[in-house]
Amino acid sequence: MTDPARLAEIIADHAHREGPLLPILHACQRAFGCVDAAAEAQIAKALNLSRAEVHGVVSFYHDFTPAPDPRPAVELCRAEACQARGVEALVAAAQGAAGGRVNLKTVYCLGLCSVGPAARVGDALHARLDEAALVALVNAQ
Amino acid sequence: MTPSPTTVRISDDALALACGADGVAAAFAAAGCTVERVSSWGMHWLEPLVEIDGLGFGPATPADVTAILDGTSSKAVGRIADHPFIAGQQRLTFARAGRTRPTSLGDYIATGGWAGLTRARAMTAAEVLTEVTASGLRGRGGAGFPAGIKWQTVANAPGTRKYVVCNADEGDSGTFADRMLMEGDPFQLIEGMVIAAHAVGAGQGYIYVRSEYPHAIAKLNAAIALAAEHIAPFKIEVRVGAGAYVCGEETSLLNSIEGKRGEVRAKPPLPALEGLFGCPTVVNNVLTLAAIPHILSEGGAALYASLGVDRSKGTMPIQLAGNIKHGGLYETAFGITLDDLVNRIGGGTASGRPVKAVQVGGPLGAYIPPAQFHLPFDYEAYTVADALIGHGGVTVFDDSADMGAMARFAFTFCAAESCGKCTPCRIGSTRGVELIDRIRSGGKGAPDAVESLPQMHNARKAGRSRADDLQLLEDLAETMKFGSLCALGGFTPYPVMSALKHWPEDFGE
Repeated sequence: MTDPARLAEIIADHAHREGPLLPILHACQRAFGCVDAAAEAQIAKALNLSRAEVHGVVSFYHDFTPAPDPRPAVELCRAEACQARGVEALVAAAQGAAGGRVNLKTVYCLGLCSVGPAARVGDALHARLDEAALVALVNAQ
Repeated sequence: MTPSPTTVRISDDALALACGADGVAAAFAAAGCTVERVSSWGMHWLEPLVEIDGLGFGPATPADVTAILDGTSSKAVGRIADHPFIAGQQRLTFARAGRTRPTSLGDYIATGGWAGLTRARAMTAAEVLTEVTASGLRGRGGAGFPAGIKWQTVANAPGTRKYVVCNADEGDSGTFADRMLMEGDPFQLIEGMVIAAHAVGAGQGYIYVRSEYPHAIAKLNAAIALAAEHIAPFKIEVRVGAGAYVCGEETSLLNSIEGKRGEVRAKPPLPALEGLFGCPTVVNNVLTLAAIPHILSEGGAALYASLGVDRSKGTMPIQLAGNIKHGGLYETAFGITLDDLVNRIGGGTASGRPVKAVQVGGPLGAYIPPAQFHLPFDYEAYTVADALIGHGGVTVFDDSADMGAMARFAFTFCAAESCGKCTPCRIGSTRGVELIDRIRSGGKGAPDAVESLPQMHNARKAGRSRADDLQLLEDLAETMKFGSLCALGGFTPYPVMSALKHWPEDFGE
């Protein structure tokens, strides 16, 4: 659930910027773990946009989610360069380790293309993963 | 008198951090050394690379610290600047890589920082434009459009409100030069943007960085704050993407900054005339803008134009990625062959198996077989060979790669990342996945019960042969290539058709 007073502060922090919507959505996602329907409505009203416009933007970008996911997340790169370095062979084991407890997400490219397979947990990056290292990383969350 | 502590230089580039650089740095600090965090030399197989008095050791772990300080480490690689991987390069854009602390203004100034800007500010806008045009610099984002002509268009456009936008939405797999530049030498990018602003008369700049690059975002924000007085009255702000690959397309990027869905705009109008918020806007890639300070330094434009081949002038920071033994950043003049890059410099595959294919230019680039490794790195030569240089990423695959699966992945990726505005990309990508699945599974037999119904008069009543399906795939590729609004749909046929052409056996033949 978003806190309307906190969201109002976030909106006020960014409202003076050119094109404030994306910075507001990022801050909202960071603060509440999601941009839900209530937040969309409040942001729309504050920026004098329609709720449909805001929802259209929220649903377009992968980084914004309609509901918070309390599980820890591990983002695994499965783009071409990491595929060339064998990430696909690790996926089943990582999924097994993650089960329903860890949110194992796919990303396309972390910019670590010469030292993959690579993964990201928050702002911490991990490279040169083999099956054991990836499973350990998932289990550590 | 106690001896002064040993100074140890270790990169704080995201790639070095991912390989454990922080742990190594902490171990050296615990051993009483002074640790300086510098940018990365770009020899990624050696990261974390430790530098002491010019000598390198890598890849280092905390356990290596004692041996490195004793001088008995087996991980010594000799003088870094003389390493064949470094000595063979012509580094202009990445001249500071490995040598300076990324957010140290002192280091930047000591290595010639702001010289291009100072000189540019003493010139008229027209003179700056002339030099940029004379250098032959072309956009490094992929399209290769001459930067000078783009700037001239913005400068000539009517209006007092103009923008400089840096496209740092480096989403292509196999590319990391933008990230390394932003993390390793952010002031150079800032300087390039200020020069662009001076040339076209812009007052505000934006750097649009993908959210997958938190370290680059932090470095840029720190550098912009430190550089504020050098760049005033120009202002630069970092804008963070939100996980949409298509926002690397310039018009989609502008929509995203404006707070809209990252949908592609039809061109014309060109962003140079009606860009951000409808105002004339320079949109350039990180590497294009970062090349500018060198070009505007004394004699820089002529030197730049003297490098390279034909109409591909200057240097290109090439990124060696994927299954390659010596991966990293290799900046060199245009004209180098893939054979040199992959086999001589890159040392072949990391797995030790034979090279099967390289993909040049990211997810939208063609797969090139070893038989074509004589191709010179040059925009026009690649176009002739139905390939593209793109952002200069070279992703190597060994013989275990299934090129049919890679072709399918190209369509899957396009389907996942399509902005949905144009039909060939939005629908063609999904039809492409289905079609490749059908071809790889041996084709489709007789029509099913629904297709056989009399009211399904458009359904095909006879089965399709493999040749029919391949023809259909070719038609689909043509439609996407010529009917899509941007490069996402328009270039997805490159990896697909090149894979089919060179490795038909991977498509179930």
